[in-house]
Amino acid sequence: MVRDKKKHEAGAATNYISRTRALKKLQLTLKDFRRLCILKGIYPHEPLHKKKVNKGSTENKTFYYVKDINFLATEPIINKFREYKIFLRRLTKAKAKKETDQVQRLYDNKPVYQLDRIVKERYPSFVAAIRDLDDALCLCFMFATLPHTKSVKPKFVHECRRLTVEFMHYVIAAKALRKVFVSVKGIYYQAEIMGEKVTWIVPHERGVPHVNDVDFSVMATFIEFYTTMLGFVNFRLYHTVGLHYPPKLQGYDPSGAVASADTEDSKERVYSLAQAIQKVGDVDEQSAVDEFPPEEDATANSEALRQEAESLARLRTLFASCRFFLNREVPKEALTFIVRCCGGMTSWALGPGATYSEEDQRITHQIIDRPKLQGKKISRLYAQPQWIFDCFNARRRLPIERYFPGAALPPHLSPFVEERAGDYVPPERLDQLRHLGHDVDNLIAQKEEKGPSSAPPTKKKRSTLPPSKTGTDEGTADTPAKPQMAVEPGQLHRDNKQKSKNEEGQELKMREMMIAKKHRRVYHKIKRGTKRHAREVDTLKRKRAQIDAGN
Amino acid sequence: MPKRRSSTAKSTSSTVSGENNTALPKKEDDDTDEDEEKLKSRLFAEGYDDDESDEGDNEEDDDEEEDTDEDDESDSEDDDDDDELLRESSDDDHDVVYASERPSHSKSHSRRNITADTCDSSDEEDLRNTIGNIPVSWYDDQDHIGYDWEGTKIGKPAKKSEIDQFLEKVEDPDYWRKVRDKQTGQDVVLTDEQIATLMNIQRGRYPTIGYNPYQPFVDFVSSQHEIHPISNRPEDKRSFVPSADERRMVGRMVHAIKMGWAKPKKVKPTDEEVEAKRYYDLWTAEESEQKTKTEMARIKMHFPAPKVALPGHDESYNPPPEYLLSPEELKRWEETEPEDRRRNFIPQKFPSLREVPAYARFINERFDRCLDLYLAHRQQKTKLDVDPKDLLPELPRPQDLHPFPTTLSLLYKGHTGMVRALSMEPSVGQLMASGSDDGTVRVWEIGTGRCVKTLTLGAPISSLMWCPNAKMALVAAASANNVFIINIECGDRLVVSETLTAMNNFIENSDQLNVAQASVTWSTVNDLTGSSPAVSHLKLTFETEIKQVTWHAKGDYFATVTSNGARSVVVHQLSKLKSQAPFQKNKGSVQTVAFHQTRPLLFVATQKHVRVYNLATLQLAKKLLSNIRWISSIAIHPKGDNLIIGGYDCRLTWFDLDLSTKPYKTFRHHKSAVRSVAYHPHYPLFASSSDDGSVMVYHGRVYSDLLQNPQIVPVKILRGHKTTDGLCVLSCAFHPKQPWLVTAGADSTLALYTY
Repeated sequence: MVRDKKKHEAGAATNYISRTRALKKLQLTLKDFRRLCILKGIYPHEPLHKKKVNKGSTENKTFYYVKDINFLATEPIINKFREYKIFLRRLTKAKAKKETDQVQRLYDNKPVYQLDRIVKERYPSFVAAIRDLDDALCLCFMFATLPHTKSVKPKFVHECRRLTVEFMHYVIAAKALRKVFVSVKGIYYQAEIMGEKVTWIVPHERGVPHVNDVDFSVMATFIEFYTTMLGFVNFRLYHTVGLHYPPKLQGYDPSGAVASADTEDSKERVYSLAQAIQKVGDVDEQSAVDEFPPEEDATANSEALRQEAESLARLRTLFASCRFFLNREVPKEALTFIVRCCGGMTSWALGPGATYSEEDQRITHQIIDRPKLQGKKISRLYAQPQWIFDCFNARRRLPIERYFPGAALPPHLSPFVEERAGDYVPPERLDQLRHLGHDVDNLIAQKEEKGPSSAPPTKKKRSTLPPSKTGTDEGTADTPAKPQMAVEPGQLHRDNKQKSKNEEGQELKMREMMIAKKHRRVYHKIKRGTKRHAREVDTLKRKRAQIDAGN
Repeated sequence: MPKRRSSTAKSTSSTVSGENNTALPKKEDDDTDEDEEKLKSRLFAEGYDDDESDEGDNEEDDDEEEDTDEDDESDSEDDDDDDELLRESSDDDHDVVYASERPSHSKSHSRRNITADTCDSSDEEDLRNTIGNIPVSWYDDQDHIGYDWEGTKIGKPAKKSEIDQFLEKVEDPDYWRKVRDKQTGQDVVLTDEQIATLMNIQRGRYPTIGYNPYQPFVDFVSSQHEIHPISNRPEDKRSFVPSADERRMVGRMVHAIKMGWAKPKKVKPTDEEVEAKRYYDLWTAEESEQKTKTEMARIKMHFPAPKVALPGHDESYNPPPEYLLSPEELKRWEETEPEDRRRNFIPQKFPSLREVPAYARFINERFDRCLDLYLAHRQQKTKLDVDPKDLLPELPRPQDLHPFPTTLSLLYKGHTGMVRALSMEPSVGQLMASGSDDGTVRVWEIGTGRCVKTLTLGAPISSLMWCPNAKMALVAAASANNVFIINIECGDRLVVSETLTAMNNFIENSDQLNVAQASVTWSTVNDLTGSSPAVSHLKLTFETEIKQVTWHAKGDYFATVTSNGARSVVVHQLSKLKSQAPFQKNKGSVQTVAFHQTRPLLFVATQKHVRVYNLATLQLAKKLLSNIRWISSIAIHPKGDNLIIGGYDCRLTWFDLDLSTKPYKTFRHHKSAVRSVAYHPHYPLFASSSDDGSVMVYHGRVYSDLLQNPQIVPVKILRGHKTTDGLCVLSCAFHPKQPWLVTAGADSTLALYTY
């Protein structure tokens, strides 16, 4: 006898679990569950057939994989959460009873948990950690600027600051920075680490605005994990380039008798990024990059690679012979970071890390962001900060004239945009690309295709018509005089372009009408997308033309 | 001087305290020495040591009340006076003398004082007033003021006369410091200390002379170890007897240590030590480690979160000018919901970097990203990276499917209302008839567009069909409640004459004329305007309005559709002038009917379904489920195995009767209701006309091979009519010989599309 199959006991229904049920299973509060999910990197999954999974109901629910939840159930940190809960309960009780030594004892034995193992678990390989570094860096850079509050603990803020500075020191030492972009939101950086592109954004140094609708405790949990992860990543990165971890200034003598004020000062100097940090032993930089002899079958690809390597080498030594002086109104950290990545040196008037004064004769450039310049020195060049950003992205020293103090700056373009045929490319960008040695023809060709497309056919008409006419003329002239056997020159059959175009359009329309139902949506979606893109490109072109005409 | 100061200070403290109740008479000063001795000894035994109290008091007890009052007044009047007074008190000769005399005085008086004091408590001779705390004024009328200890009256002292007072004032240098004691009525001379105290009170200072409010604090329970105990209390027993409780506790500890349970407290590593060991190379054993199966599975099923999109030129703090929003764009941006915005910021241009403000939503954006990371569903989706043209089906080129109508060649104008019906002359294809809302039937010559004939039927013509019998020139036209079988009298003369005789034959041979049958009455009509009066036409009168009239392919039978319940479908036989309603019961409102060309089948289209009845067996053969909400028209393929149905919900369905009762294909190519559909009699073409103004021409090839499905390709969209009142192309029909299409429009014209 065959038993009736019960519903929802096999298949998708057993693979997913709703959040409420997961909470019940793990015996955790929603808050603890959230923390656990953040730390362990567990996220919900959307079932393909929601109704099947939801046992026939179409109610909107969050689903997790059952396997994920089982995985969480074996996590020892859950016990720590429970211990912490007990600790809090005992603490309140002891405090209420005013048992001070009990309180002290409780504090001494406060349950703490380590996230090392979880970092390893989530990122089984170092490259995986690098790949996921974007969010960690963004959040840490933001946290480093926050004021201390109840949920934003000073410990985390300091740690974020320390870790981000350490990371920047690594980028400087490895000269891994590739792109910089100053946006209205902040400054974007892109570095290439272990062949992975890591992008992060640093807010402008303008103080923290009033914030609404943000739950800092969620972000604090993220920070808890990210600081641990970033610490380990920094450690490993430092060792790959042979730096001393934790970072110490070069020439810094770690003798025993160092006053605390001194360590504070050296910390500040490390944080200022202006000075190089100590290396462990002698790591030959040249040995890191092996030079392969040029292969015989040098294809276009390898040629491009070679070019890229050359431009990178140029980038590394872009400001090698330069000494910069930063005025106090320019973003010190950002500029120092970039200049140091290009082998230059920076200093400023006040604060830790200043290595030479404004009067120093060796200064070659002074970065100034004021409308007027006073006390100009002939021995040095004056420029606005954008010059450094633009030079970095262009990978060459741009003519400084357009960046003089008080000058109207040329547009600052995003280095992250990868142009494809059909996109709108601002003329400034085209120049930039040409200088970078990219092939710009396809972009221009695409750009100008529409314009001159109407011109060539008319030309063609003119060129094609006369011969046919002359041919016929000859024929008519010849026939009455000499009725010989002659081959009449064939009339050139001219296609009506408009007609063929209309026909094509109609044909396309017929095909669109007969499109399979399966493809209809996606087809129209693509169509809409291309149309919108074309419209946007058109708008930009029109606006640019208007602006150019106005000037 | 200092000596004196200290002594005075001491004495005043006691005098001030005893001032109120110690108004001692002079009498007691004169006590015997024995008494003194006796009292003194007694006093020591009692432990008294404030021996010197009232020493001055007793000496200078005189009347001075008024004087001090005066002083007070002068004080309040003038500060200089007060200063003078001070000077007097300190610098006066007699005062100095007094002060110098003082030690001896005090010595001599002290004893007396003691006696006086002791007398206060015990001596019977003490003249203390015992009236208690009552106003002395009550004794104003009496000779005495109160009573002494023994109850004897204390007499009032004799009141001094004005002169005495004056003399006293002049003579007595201490007059100013005399105060009258109200209770005894005697004068009391105030001492220097008392005066100084009074002055202090007046000036709002501490009353005690020489009192230093800022004395150094004396720590009585000092931190230093004292050799003497503070209290004299004997120690408790428990302080020197060993505690049993502690012994037990220690015993337990010792036991715990012995057993190895007790462990020394762990030394907590310092923060620096922790920090130094905090980080290490986590991924050292990365390569060598063998991962378990579950670990590998977890790695495989992990979807990394998608990265945040990189910024474009528009996000720059100094973008090219074309990226800045125009006022309209800005307005549009502000009007859209934040979730729907394509860009979550407004592009802005700043002349220099220092002017760039903080981005207000920076933290919110980071927070949103955090939320996305742990709350958003992740699903792996294969992104379709295709050229959209690859998604389109490959159709045969329309050029290869010629011929089909492509161009509008002729417009037939003449009707004054919407042209609702249209029918071509069968087989020859020279003429066509059209019926309009203006109540006329017009016969046109197709090739020239000439209107050959106009027949006025009076009411709007809803349907019209040329008789398929090539030997008859008849047109059936439905107008309001009537169906006219019109002898059209056009075209081939032979046919016209044959039609005439045939009609006359029918009329003569029939006995059904003017007899109601199946709610229909047949009659003859001769006077149709536009036709010759000698010719008779037939007229069928119904009870309700007629929707449609349609001929059987042989041209003898025809069917009408009314909205008359069960009898909505009536089949008529022309040769016998007979009518019958084949259906007893009604299955929904019938929209339209059609005869099969060859087989005895009748297709009845209700609102959603098409029922196929076998007229020979009078049985339901098939029920077609159309997928259309409201069927408008139906056309049957000349070969009879396929049919198309048009609906008011823009749909057109193709049925293959051999295949299924469900549609083989459904199209929604029209934007508006499909009004009519038509097949071409010879060419593999069919067309549908719609209210959106378009006529779709399809290539619909049916193969004789049953295994091959029909090939349907749209080939042309024809337009030529104008939309009036939401209606446009109401009817369409193919030419019987040519690949031509004629359409009837709501704009009262007909259009011919030719190849």
